[in-house]
Amino acid sequence: MAWGLAGLMSYFSPAMAEIRFGYGLSPRVAPPKDADRMIALLAGPDLAARRFPIAGSDAYRQHQLARQAAKRRYKRLRETDRKGDARAAIQAVQHRAIAEARMTIVQTLLRRSLSADAFRERLVAFWADHFTARVGSTFARAGLPAYTEEAIRPHVAGRFGDMLRAAVMHPMMLLALDQKVSMGPNSPAANRRGAGRGLNENLAREVMELHTLGVNGPYTQADVRQLAELFTGMTFDVRSGFEFRTAYAEPGAETVLGRSYGSATPDVADIARVLDDLAEHPATARHLAWKLAVHFVGDAPPPDLIDRLTARYRDTGGDLLAVSAALLSDPSAWTAAPGNVKPAEHFISSACRALGLDQSNLGALTHDQVRRLVLRPLRRMGQEWNRPPGPDGWPEDDKAWITPQSLSARLQWAIDFPAHLLPVLPDPGAFVGQALGARATPAVGFAARAAESRADAIGLILASPGFQRC
Amino acid sequence: MTNQPTRRQVLAQAALIGCSLAASPLLTPLSLAATPGQNRLVVIILRGGMDGLDVVRPVGAPGFAALRPGLSDGGHDLDGFFAAHPALGDLMPLWRSGELGFVHAVSTPYRDKRSHFDGQDLLEAGTLDLGDRRGGWLNRVVQQVPGAHANMAFAVGQGGLRILDGPARVSDWSPDVALRLGPQARLLADMVMRDDPMFDAAWREAGRITDGFEARAAEAAPQHLQVARFTAAQLRADTRIAAFSLSGWDTHRNQKHTLRPALTRLSDVLLALRADLGDVWAQTTVVAMTEFGRTVVENGTGGTDHGTGGAMILAGGALRGGRVVGRWPGLAEADLYARRDLMPTADVRAPAAWVLRAIAGIGRSALETQVFPGLDMGEDPGLL
Repeated sequence: MAWGLAGLMSYFSPAMAEIRFGYGLSPRVAPPKDADRMIALLAGPDLAARRFPIAGSDAYRQHQLARQAAKRRYKRLRETDRKGDARAAIQAVQHRAIAEARMTIVQTLLRRSLSADAFRERLVAFWADHFTARVGSTFARAGLPAYTEEAIRPHVAGRFGDMLRAAVMHPMMLLALDQKVSMGPNSPAANRRGAGRGLNENLAREVMELHTLGVNGPYTQADVRQLAELFTGMTFDVRSGFEFRTAYAEPGAETVLGRSYGSATPDVADIARVLDDLAEHPATARHLAWKLAVHFVGDAPPPDLIDRLTARYRDTGGDLLAVSAALLSDPSAWTAAPGNVKPAEHFISSACRALGLDQSNLGALTHDQVRRLVLRPLRRMGQEWNRPPGPDGWPEDDKAWITPQSLSARLQWAIDFPAHLLPVLPDPGAFVGQALGARATPAVGFAARAAESRADAIGLILASPGFQRC
Repeated sequence: MTNQPTRRQVLAQAALIGCSLAASPLLTPLSLAATPGQNRLVVIILRGGMDGLDVVRPVGAPGFAALRPGLSDGGHDLDGFFAAHPALGDLMPLWRSGELGFVHAVSTPYRDKRSHFDGQDLLEAGTLDLGDRRGGWLNRVVQQVPGAHANMAFAVGQGGLRILDGPARVSDWSPDVALRLGPQARLLADMVMRDDPMFDAAWREAGRITDGFEARAAEAAPQHLQVARFTAAQLRADTRIAAFSLSGWDTHRNQKHTLRPALTRLSDVLLALRADLGDVWAQTTVVAMTEFGRTVVENGTGGTDHGTGGAMILAGGALRGGRVVGRWPGLAEADLYARRDLMPTADVRAPAAWVLRAIAGIGRSALETQVFPGLDMGEDPGLL
């Protein structure tokens, strides 16, 4: 496939491709030789997901059903002497689901450590954050890996409109933004329960504000309200997943951004239509272009870059492969100076890749080790796994990531973790160049030689500012 | 969206064009009657929904014992009507000297869904509803203080504290991020971080925070005491506002036994703060608040379920304590919220606002519109 990227050869550097658009340099995976190769990999099959699979929602639904059954049993037995046993059964179901979910971080780290198509992994993380589903309980969060796997991942090289639909109609999103409980004020269900109750605007507002048009987009409160009414009826059932419940749906047409949707008979196709229109809206093109540029290039990206990405998005009707190619072909995305600070999860992922970790060490971690060596440190670094601060996801601002506490937690982890995972640590002198490439500075080189232990040396290299930036 | 830009839009625009956040009109610090000076504020978030009716028991209310047959024995008399939970014995000297007080029948504006996560989010946001994402209310307090520096406010402990989220710079530290670095590694880290000014600044700050504290962290005291001691050390230096959280309040079962450890930890934390703050305790106010109270009636498993109205705990040398403040709603079924929960008779943000007014001199209108949007502070309870 030709993307007309030949002229880009003067900007492209294989090492920068890995550092800025992947998870950093690896001793085991050769960097891409040019941008065409990166796009060809992204357009091709998702090999990393095949090699390190993560289960979809069916498996999580089984846990939900088992939990419901255990709760029913508890209700039956709670006045008897078997109530303790019934309660333990609920907990056992929950623990199984939670432990399974936690172990998916190992699969995620293996993909990021070993994939030749690391740009895809970065895009998955980016879009999963864009469509953040923030749910409360630990059991609910156990459904998030499946959400990313089936609503986000298959679409990172496809049409944005498809990803929008998959995310907005996914049970995790319907749960996170209260769509599940929203009913039209004049719907049959609301009429039964008393007029005027039941509409929840949360999902409608966030779809326009966060997912598509952006907070400065051309919509009003009336549009939010109309979209919320149009969204009524979307819900899910634990047995079957997404469901359109006409009894909850507001009858009649709604007007969103000046266009009319729906008729007397509620139909889920009208929701699909409004989402498609929102996906193709020029304000959405600009909002997404800006977010991509901020994420991959820097907190204050060049305005021309945003213009060019916007144009490509609009010209292609939101083809994310084309937009990603435009990003890679833009000289302003390839400045050699260190870019964004890696968020904590990105930081540990790139450390795994720099160390060449694989199934024999990462893959052998037990549930307890994952909690101790990965999840707890992530929390100390300010990024509790799958627990973003709001529906707008994790911050992009570099300063949010480098606080006294989080920087100390990164350094301590960088010293401790490699020594836990590898029987023999790499030679620090060689590791400087291997991990940092052209980013190696005299200070890091000196520290690598002067540290009193190999573990300290590796930790100092990984915690160096050059490694912590993209 | 209306034509009037929301603060979020302003922030988004500010981020987009990279201008200073301080330039946005809604963030302009208001002039203060007084700078925070030497007053200290500690906010403790009690996660899980503390049962105010068990901590501050209305033993004089008709029917209390019948509503809670397993949760009404014992306790320390406070004022003839209320009694403190039996586990609070160590705090009774503070009650008698006016360094401990309570506010009863308060809640956030959160109603009906009774979810911990939403309830805590709203408690820390300090707003009227969850859609209003303005960061945390303590961050907005820092924004009201001209010339505030990064050490002025501290989030202590693991994980983010949403109460301090926002554009004003605050520090964070968890005492369990014990930097086990030898002297050589520390010197080398100093050198490596100097490659990048942002990293260098954070690293120097980490050094300042840990200096003199490390020896204590190594004592392996329980986490909550490490947090209290660390907080006290910061408040004795430059810090004026600190926040941390204590969990373990979600007592659905066997509450007679399960509430005790949480209360003992809270009691130990208050006593450790008092001991370590020394003479600074006289200028300190501690506010402990929770996301909601619990059901009035004891449930079938000796516990209580998520409710609405609850209690707030106040402590400190600056406090005019020894009182249970608040309008008591009664426990008759008709007096309850939704016929199950203690009826909140005041917004939990109101006493917090009066504390802020007293210690930081923030004006009433700033408190009711900026720090706690939509709050009516009501009458001054004279807490300090």
